[in-house]
Amino acid sequence: MINLKYTIEGGNFTNAGFASSQVKKTLKQLNVSTKLIKNVVVALYEAEVNIVAHANKGEIDVSISPEEVKMILTDQGKGIKDIDQAMTVGYSTASQKVRAMGFGAGMGLPNIKKNVDLLTIESNVGIGTTLTMIKKLI
Amino acid sequence: MELNQVIDILNAKVVAGNASNFSVEKGFCSDLMSDVLTVDTDKMLLITGMSNLQTIRTSEMADIHCIALVRNKKATIEMKGLAMELGITLIETSFSMYRAVGELYASGLQPVY
Ligand SMILES: Nc1ncnc2c1ncn2[C@@H]1O[C@H](COP(=O)(O)OP(=O)(O)O)[C@@H](O)[C@H]1O
Ligand SMILES: [Mg+2]
Repeated sequence: MINLKYTIEGGNFTNAGFASSQVKKTLKQLNVSTKLIKNVVVALYEAEVNIVAHANKGEIDVSISPEEVKMILTDQGKGIKDIDQAMTVGYSTASQKVRAMGFGAGMGLPNIKKNVDLLTIESNVGIGTTLTMIKKLI
Repeated sequence: MELNQVIDILNAKVVAGNASNFSVEKGFCSDLMSDVLTVDTDKMLLITGMSNLQTIRTSEMADIHCIALVRNKKATIEMKGLAMELGITLIETSFSMYRAVGELYASGLQPVY
């Protein structure tokens, strides 16, 4: 079992994607298939960008076993009021700054769901959000 | 299509990475990174007017190895550095998005959809 932990800074679009990049390198070293790696890192990257775009700070916790990759992303921030609405393609509260970076089209969460086997979202308005994602490797 | 041919067609300049012995099979254009992250195609050329570090990160996650920046967008030093580190070739053209994709399509570069 491999455990990886990263701290994410809200609003910092320079470092966004660093954690996902490190996870990708690790999965490559473990000889996971290209297709599965892409599923994992696309989901993780969209979730990482969500912390940068929509929260104040957060933490990413990834555990890799031969069976699965489990990713837990916890953030402190404004939280999500209506999770079903947030999961809808096209729904976005992203700022102009986020849109100028090429995100904020309301496609992140639906694409995360498509790429992993399990996605759960827990959120408290004004406190923060926790995303748990599991991708099976076998 | 050989990358050298893409470069020729777009009158482009290589600003990071290698262009020889490199080919792309399909083209996809978008300024929206979330859109790029939904595409599941190998050997794809990304044609975009979005020029920032997340353009490179998106390509890394999506296994895209060549990016054409259109309408005179310039890659920053940081973008070039990251592209190099990841083995991504970055090219720049002064063509508009419309002209770049039009010329590539007319020359036979296949669309994803
Ligand atoms: N970590 C988060 N904290 C607070 N709100 C979030 C978070 N992640 C997603 N959201 C909310 O869900 C919406 C949809 O997210 P997503 O599908 O990734 O689209 P986008 O990020 O492009 O807006 C966001 O606009 C935001 O309102
Ligand atoms: Mg998002």
